[in-house]
Amino acid sequence: MIASLSFYLFAFVLILSALLVISAKNPVHSVLFLILAFFNAAGLFVLLGAEFVAFILAIVYVGAVAVLFLFVVMMLDISFADLRKDSMQYVPLGIVIGGILLVEMGMMMVTWNPSMMAGANIAAMAPKSISNTHALGEILYTQFVFPFQISGLILLVAMIGAIVLTLRVRPGTLRQKIADQVHIRREDVVEIRKVQSGQGVE
Amino acid sequence: MEIGLIHYLMLATILFVVGVFGIFLNRKNVIVILMSIELMLLAVNINFVAFSAFLGDLAGQAFTMFILTVAAAEAAIGLAILVVFFRNKGSIAVEDLSKLKG
Repeated sequence: MIASLSFYLFAFVLILSALLVISAKNPVHSVLFLILAFFNAAGLFVLLGAEFVAFILAIVYVGAVAVLFLFVVMMLDISFADLRKDSMQYVPLGIVIGGILLVEMGMMMVTWNPSMMAGANIAAMAPKSISNTHALGEILYTQFVFPFQISGLILLVAMIGAIVLTLRVRPGTLRQKIADQVHIRREDVVEIRKVQSGQGVE
Repeated sequence: MEIGLIHYLMLATILFVVGVFGIFLNRKNVIVILMSIELMLLAVNINFVAFSAFLGDLAGQAFTMFILTVAAAEAAIGLAILVVFFRNKGSIAVEDLSKLKG
């Protein structure tokens, strides 16, 4: 009973906050509703017994992605009212395509029933005796080690890409160039002159 | 009433359609389009975790984490492109974005 009730609560708030994400006038509010949606999805994951993924969702999405969105929304000085001005002209098309998608997926779900072979095709059986985090760690570093390494590479590429894209050298600012300082030679900067007494250096 | 797999699938479907609709509703605002894509990825994640829980297969949860990685990378790169574009053009309207080519 409590489980069903919490499912409906989380699901309702999730859908509601998703609708508010796409319809809020102020993008800052959109980001905050996105955070609410992520928290509710994390709650649903806990209900499903996937605690590790739930907390990763809360930490990575709320702590990193949503805050990144918040930073960008607040940093860019944009008139969001102009961006919304005549956005209503696409709504009928959106309703048609969204409705078609919803009806198609609904029809698929009504007629679908799981394959008899589904139980035989399990890639990584969830063990009953150990915790979810423990079990996930055991398959992540053995069975899925190559996808795991590739996801690390994807993050590396994303990090390098983001730095390369946003790095800029501003003209007119003084910067310390350590390589130039280290590579300087005596002959470049020191000049020895014989100076006769009574005469200066020209 | 017992909550079954079908409830989670319906929830994920509705969430995905909301994300698709958000792209149409905010045709000009790239930031909200990126957030709609995040919502769609969240719907996919809910599907993965629901099937993982109801079939007793941990592979779904492992792939959820890979999706999280790709989504984080996508958001970081997308927002970096957005910041650079705003720096050059002073706007983030989608119709100006066609100037990105070349």
